Amino acid sequence: MQSFGYLDPADADAAIAAAAAPGGKFIAGGTDLMQLMKDDVEAPTRIVDVEKLPYGAIEANGSGLRLGALARMSDVAAHPAVQRDYPVIAQALLASASPQLRNMATMGGNMLQRTRCHYFRDTGFPCNKRNPGSGCPAIHGENRLLAILGGSEHCIATHPSDLAVALVALDTSVELQGVGGARRTVALGDFHRLPGDTPQIETVLQPGELITALVVPPSAAARRSAYLKVRDRASFEFALVSAAVALEMQGNTIADARIAMGGVGTKPWRLPAVEAALRGQAATPENFTAAAGLAVEGAMPAGKNDFKVKLMQRTLVRALSTVAA
Amino acid sequence: MKPGLTRRGLIGRSVATAGGLAAVPLVTPAEAAIPAAPAPVRTPEMVDIVLQVNGRRLPLTIEPRVSLLDALREQAGLTGTKKGCDRGSCGACTVHVDGRRVNSCLTLAIRCQGRAVTTIEGLAEGDELHPVQAAFIRHDAFQCGYCTPGQIMAATALLDEGHAGSDAEIREYMAGNICRCGAYNHIVDAIRDVASQAAGKG
Repeated sequence: MQSFGYLDPADADAAIAAAAAPGGKFIAGGTDLMQLMKDDVEAPTRIVDVEKLPYGAIEANGSGLRLGALARMSDVAAHPAVQRDYPVIAQALLASASPQLRNMATMGGNMLQRTRCHYFRDTGFPCNKRNPGSGCPAIHGENRLLAILGGSEHCIATHPSDLAVALVALDTSVELQGVGGARRTVALGDFHRLPGDTPQIETVLQPGELITALVVPPSAAARRSAYLKVRDRASFEFALVSAAVALEMQGNTIADARIAMGGVGTKPWRLPAVEAALRGQAATPENFTAAAGLAVEGAMPAGKNDFKVKLMQRTLVRALSTVAA
Repeated sequence: MKPGLTRRGLIGRSVATAGGLAAVPLVTPAEAAIPAAPAPVRTPEMVDIVLQVNGRRLPLTIEPRVSLLDALREQAGLTGTKKGCDRGSCGACTVHVDGRRVNSCLTLAIRCQGRAVTTIEGLAEGDELHPVQAAFIRHDAFQCGYCTPGQIMAATALLDEGHAGSDAEIREYMAGNICRCGAYNHIVDAIRDVASQAAGKG
């Protein structure tokens, strides 16, 4: 790991200014950044600790759920209102990482975790995300874990978060604070960028801009929701394919559907066409299967991840059946 | 727990039974307290920090990039905490910070100022083993022992968190700790045993 200077300001403006200058990097839980620094994928010269900033609260009331950016995964997963009114969030969190990592990792950091693509994390290989223009060995290489949706000729790295998949399904917005105290709110669905020609730019964040909170609106669908994660081992593993499904039911009819999937996209992958196809329909296996067919429209598998095209549909049908039952 | 069953005693007995090599214990009480390594050469990046480890004040001079794991092992001489993957995947480095289990390899030591750090060395009360330590011995919950400090720190946290409701729950909440020898079944036995003892007392 390269050497760096360390700051832990108690003032957000000071922290943002310090992180905005070249070489600056925020640290919250540090679970991903520490790995990336140990592997020389990241080499900041100045680490700005945001621990002392007042952004750790979890607030739940009639107007929704507000997750402070510094709230820990374990605390959010254990929160009674999250478990009761937003089960897909609690389930996505408990399917993530390990108990130790969930005690450390934060909401904001989880949105910003970097891909697990092996080529990105091994500086012995070219990678357009790490070293723009150097090439992508994954597209014709070991791509079993990589994305079938949202890729470009420059990058097919999968976004690794479970939490972001659940949150994007529930129309979460991201509160940001930038240089000079500028505040703005971005829909989580617009927060992550597709790789296109610039896979090194992963989000809409400006230099120094800090996530302060994730805000989830309340909904009947959120209360009837679940997260299904399919992976190579039973626990402590990233998703091959995952599904966040939230349904509002009227009898056996689907009044509203919010669906996103993980392990398949270069960003947390919302499925508006599937949602539209399910609204007003009866909750039947035939309707689920037909809707799931729409989920993989435009899929561009790269060889070793071809299996995800079928697995994605089956995972979605299973999740829909579970939530509708 | 059997009276007199201690780590040192156990090591002594193991040696004594190993082909009658010697009655000399492998680790004598005097040697068990490993002296801290000499202070490294001071570089411009270094800062002075004070940690609280196992209830004791621990002043250190470190670079900001030093992990809690390396600070404990290389500077404080607390080598019970083990380095496995050094990437948060294996759990060998598990310690408690303010009562919560964390991967010390992914924790910067400089960020632990003002926090209470507990390592495997801080679990026993003198020579009286922690119930989870005793249960690991009773159930033969290890072979090589390298992952054991991390397993035990994870297990004590798991019990405090109330996640020992079933074998499946124990396994899920021990998922952050890998054992290459495959002692998992006995580890689950040991944790279940302590949980049921605690329930019996309650």
